[in-house]
Amino acid sequence: MAKPKCKELIINRDWCKGCGICIHFCPTNVLEMDDEDKSVAMRIEDCICCKLCELRCPDLAIDVVAEPKEKETEN
Amino acid sequence: MEDKNYIRERFFPHIWCPGCGHGIVLNNLLRAIEQLKLKKNEIVMTSGIGCSSRISGYVDFHTLHTIHGRALAFATGVKLSRPELKLIVPMGDGDALAIGGNHFIHAARRNIDITAIIMNNRIYGMTGGQFSPLSGYGTRATTAPYTNIDHDFDVVELAKAAGASFVARTTTYHVKEMADILKQAILHKGFSAVEVMSQCPTYFGRKNRLGDAVDMMEHYKNSTVRVGSKKIEKNPDLIERGVFVEKESPEYCSEYDKIIQKAMGTSA
Amino acid sequence: MSNNIKFLQGNEACAEGALYAGLDFFSGYPITPSTEIAEHLSINLPKVGGKYLQMEDEIGAMCAIIGASLTGHKVMTATSGPGFSLKQEAIGYAVMAEIPCVVVNVQRGGPSTGNPTHVSQGDVNQARWGTHGDHSIITLTASNHQDVFAMTVEAFNLAETYRTPVILLFDEVVGHMREKLVMPEQDEIPLVGRLRTDCKEGVDYHPYLPREDGRLPMSDFGGSHRYNVTGLYHDMWGFPTDKPEAVRELCRHLVDKIENNVHSITRFKEYYLDDARTIFISYGSAARPTLHMVESRRRRGERLGLLELQTLWPFPAGLIREKCADARYIVVVEMNMGQIVREVKMAVKSPENVFLANRIDGELITPVDIRKFLRIIQGKGA
Repeated sequence: MAKPKCKELIINRDWCKGCGICIHFCPTNVLEMDDEDKSVAMRIEDCICCKLCELRCPDLAIDVVAEPKEKETEN
Repeated sequence: MEDKNYIRERFFPHIWCPGCGHGIVLNNLLRAIEQLKLKKNEIVMTSGIGCSSRISGYVDFHTLHTIHGRALAFATGVKLSRPELKLIVPMGDGDALAIGGNHFIHAARRNIDITAIIMNNRIYGMTGGQFSPLSGYGTRATTAPYTNIDHDFDVVELAKAAGASFVARTTTYHVKEMADILKQAILHKGFSAVEVMSQCPTYFGRKNRLGDAVDMMEHYKNSTVRVGSKKIEKNPDLIERGVFVEKESPEYCSEYDKIIQKAMGTSA
Repeated sequence: MSNNIKFLQGNEACAEGALYAGLDFFSGYPITPSTEIAEHLSINLPKVGGKYLQMEDEIGAMCAIIGASLTGHKVMTATSGPGFSLKQEAIGYAVMAEIPCVVVNVQRGGPSTGNPTHVSQGDVNQARWGTHGDHSIITLTASNHQDVFAMTVEAFNLAETYRTPVILLFDEVVGHMREKLVMPEQDEIPLVGRLRTDCKEGVDYHPYLPREDGRLPMSDFGGSHRYNVTGLYHDMWGFPTDKPEAVRELCRHLVDKIENNVHSITRFKEYYLDDARTIFISYGSAARPTLHMVESRRRRGERLGLLELQTLWPFPAGLIREKCADARYIVVVEMNMGQIVREVKMAVKSPENVFLANRIDGELITPVDIRKFLRIIQGKGA
């Protein structure tokens, strides 16, 4: 079975307060803090869609959108 | 995120400090409610006063933001007068167990079908960092400048002793467990008490040199274990998480319905 | 003989009045001398499908009825002095959040534990000013069981009309005395039901936007409109605000909705006022010996009259001014150190003609006591 891939990692910059929880606990080091103390997804290709950043975000600012599962081949 | 449907987006960003655990509780409470597919009109959220209690303003349910410590008393009136509604009562540790301690133990004793969430950050945050009944011996706060000599409650033991028929504990680090426990608590028929250890980096963290929100959540990871874990034998300082009590017990509103039948002379 | 006639305690008359008014949720905590209200309702509420809830304390009982009112029920709690003190914060919440409810205080001697099994009327000002912050409130009282019943029904009607807590300020004598009550027929006393919004689901509903007539239609918790209820200053949706104009508007609204309707809220009884040179003003149990004294002296040709107040707050200053315009002496009979007398002095043109006749030892003031006061006032010696 293919690993789920991240299509988009949306961070609502108006809501993000830059606590760094998502960055610290990301198992694949996808996120970084930018100059404005907001979290950004720098390496989205490494994202495994565990969604722990989304679940642990105290600001409800993160939305991890997974690629739709590949359709099974017709037969 | 599907659960955005359950919030009043116009009030965001919320008032809580950066890294405040209360936002994580809100986040996963909404997920629990969404996974249970509850209707917005069947939920009444009742809260008291404090940082935690502001949660009710952010959710698109029937919301009752009341006075300090009394959320469970208001909720008892709502629930008994309309038992088909689901009552969710988030409270801070001071709100639930200092000024509201009496309502907490009596709602548990009555076993009325209410879900109480104790968002335990061990401090009075909204007033600026005074010690609470859950701060614990030896901690520091603005009103415990020479260290705190007040001992703390164990919320789980208190709820158990008071007769709650569902008792659980989790933390803001253990988010999937939190959503899972909250789902069980909401579905449980009877009084459910869920303690969520929730970091206050601004006051409790700073006063007690515990680092930032990340450090405090690392501490939750390292200082807690699943209930029944063998690790606790080697290290009794570990705090247990999980479901401690889940039992069937006569629920108050159902019992009162029987009283009505008796009084009307229609009981079998 | 009609079985509509009952012989009962004032506390039971209050409970019967509440049931007549449509009470279906009561929450209380035992306290002397009001406990019989709770006992009576614990028996009779479930018989009509209503609910009796005994809470862990006075505060909880007050909070529980507010919660139950929000689901659309007619609610009441009952207490006495110390319990009334404890309930004050939550009463203020009901004022601020505009939640209809009825709070009975069967007065006993205070302060503190005071004189629990004896009569007093010492909580008049607490009923008005007990909770913190600017506000107005409705307070009714009565001196006999027929009026206790009627004022209890009125309390529910006014609570619904003005979306406010209404205080029923009885006292130990009225509460515990037994006398006749003629139960009114159904529909004999008009009842005011909950005014509910006709906003359809999906239409923006404003729980705190008064209609042109000043009334605010409600929506039951659990219904199709979800809104916020808070003790903070709030906007028309119930969400907290500290905008100066919103705070000012709401504070004014909370006061004006009651103070501007003093006339509609005022209930009173008058006896022999037409030619009275000396007018007694009294209320609650103290009005009974006053009336007795007035009637017995009338028979001897003394031009005495009685104005019995049933609405204590908002204070009917206009009524007092009008009724007492030609009086030589105005004597306020009350069982406290002078709580209503102060209001009367402020209401009339010549406050120097206003006197207090009181008793504060836990015993009901007697006609003889009042007669003695009158002789002193008239300069005839004790």
